[in-house]
Amino acid sequence: MSAHTNALKPTSTKTVAKQKRSRLLSTPWPLYVVAILLSVTFLFPLFWMASTSLKSMEQAYAFPPVWLPNPPQWDNYAKIFTELPFLTFTINSIIITVLNTLGVVLASAVVAFGFSRLRAKGRDFLFIVLISTIMLPSQVILVPTFILFKYLKWINTILPLVVPAYFGGGAFNIFLLRQFFMTIPFEYDEAAIMDGASWWTIFWKIMLPLSKPALATVAVLNIVAVWTDFFGPLIYLNDLNKMTLAVGLSFLRGQHTASLTLLMAGGMFTTLPILIIFFLAQRYFVEGIQLSGLKG
Amino acid sequence: MSATATVPGPLKKGYKPRQKETIAFYLFIMPWLLGFVIFTFGPMIASGFLSLTKFSVMSAPEWIGTTNYVNMVHTALFWKSMGNTLFMVAFDLPLGLIASLSAAVLLNQKLRGVNIFRAIFYLPVLIPTIANILLWVWIFDKDSGILNLILKLVGIPAQPWLTDQLWSKPSLIFMNLWGLGGAMLIYLAGLKGVPVELHEAARIDGASSWQGFWKITMPLLSPTILFQLVIGVIYEFQIFTQGYILGGGPNFSTTFFVLELFNNAFRYLKMGYASAMAWVLFGMTLVITLLVFRSTPYWVYYEAERQR
Repeated sequence: MSAHTNALKPTSTKTVAKQKRSRLLSTPWPLYVVAILLSVTFLFPLFWMASTSLKSMEQAYAFPPVWLPNPPQWDNYAKIFTELPFLTFTINSIIITVLNTLGVVLASAVVAFGFSRLRAKGRDFLFIVLISTIMLPSQVILVPTFILFKYLKWINTILPLVVPAYFGGGAFNIFLLRQFFMTIPFEYDEAAIMDGASWWTIFWKIMLPLSKPALATVAVLNIVAVWTDFFGPLIYLNDLNKMTLAVGLSFLRGQHTASLTLLMAGGMFTTLPILIIFFLAQRYFVEGIQLSGLKG
Repeated sequence: MSATATVPGPLKKGYKPRQKETIAFYLFIMPWLLGFVIFTFGPMIASGFLSLTKFSVMSAPEWIGTTNYVNMVHTALFWKSMGNTLFMVAFDLPLGLIASLSAAVLLNQKLRGVNIFRAIFYLPVLIPTIANILLWVWIFDKDSGILNLILKLVGIPAQPWLTDQLWSKPSLIFMNLWGLGGAMLIYLAGLKGVPVELHEAARIDGASSWQGFWKITMPLLSPTILFQLVIGVIYEFQIFTQGYILGGGPNFSTTFFVLELFNNAFRYLKMGYASAMAWVLFGMTLVITLLVFRSTPYWVYYEAERQR
């Protein structure tokens, strides 16, 4: 604000110096101190996982603690692949995450379009039903769902982890996208209808292109959720070579030859893909959360 | 609330939806409708039935009426696990709400490199739950964990963070605070919706920034807080993974309700009893969520409602 008004005045060396001093004085130093201290606290556990993952066992348990591994044991990362089929775990995780996310984004967008743009008898009632399902603990349906998949002979395949995604894509995602679609002016629909466009055209040609940030948000949130999901794979998959990374990592804990350092290396290896995806999509993601107006 | 939440679009009073539009609506929501029937409603009915039976997967369910529910009341671990979960609802939830809101307010200030701070605060959210817990088990380790080593360096005796029944839940709450970034991001989105002009006008009228926060920011943010509160209640009631990895904790202190449910279902194969527990869980979630919604007229402010 002050910089803005200053910019209108003719600048002389004197005012520049004044500006600098006032900027220095108006800098909220205590806020920076708090933000930096908290940042260190937030980064530390992650740093500690990375650090431990590169240590020898002696260094991991040393006192006083060794902050930086010396020399770094990159070998730990190679060892997790020989200890357990981590490469297979990774491929399985990628396949399940991609197929699931595709279904979630497509299905939730289609359904959200219906709830946000079309008027029909029973819509508001069904929307309340939809919202209520967010509150339904998944444990309530756990046993019957398991028996259903068993009956369909889907156990020990990726189907239970992928197929349900195509049936609606999750109430929360539908809600999030509906909130976003509501912010897009209805005049677009009306104009398109005048031009003879179908609802599907409006959805596909108008709504989706305008909703990229919200769709990216749903996609990223879902990628994180599926990648880190522990219980789905644990319950529905049996064979070691069908497992995902999240569950495979817990198996590493069970290996008696595997050490703490390998466990941390496995943790880092499981975490890194998510960090990369998040930073690639960060701009869309933050924008999406802001735009979808998660304000109730 | 219900008016703004359930009526998207210009649905005027007395508007009769055209048949074509109605058909289109049902076609668009068909994936969800099918999924709801197959993967939610059907299993719900089945689960309600199973909760009234003795069922071990191996043989057909055997009707026993309300016996599961009666047995529950006489099971010590049922009450213990419910207490553990309610402890988290009572402490983890409000602490998390306050901490994430404070972080959001801090990082909503005009700071240089604020996006980097935001990314750092958010970072822990991205760590897979299982990696996260294994990491914290290591950090909290009584003998070699870094937390106790640091305390030792400054002369404070080591604490049994996860191995003592009094410490275990507070330690988990501490650990959860590390993941406040998710809620923070949503608060930040809410704070973006607070017009700067309002604060400027208030400042001109002589309001302090503290007054501005309580009189302008908080009312405008209240729908976001409501959202977080509801999501938070649901989340807390379903806490599971931490307790599972900790094996239920010392003296069952981290045997949360859902863990007790899971043990009954998949360890003891008491599927009927577990289904009954699931319905009790649903009931508790529903009651608390409804109480939260009932309280909204007293503290949640809707701009849209005022404008109408």
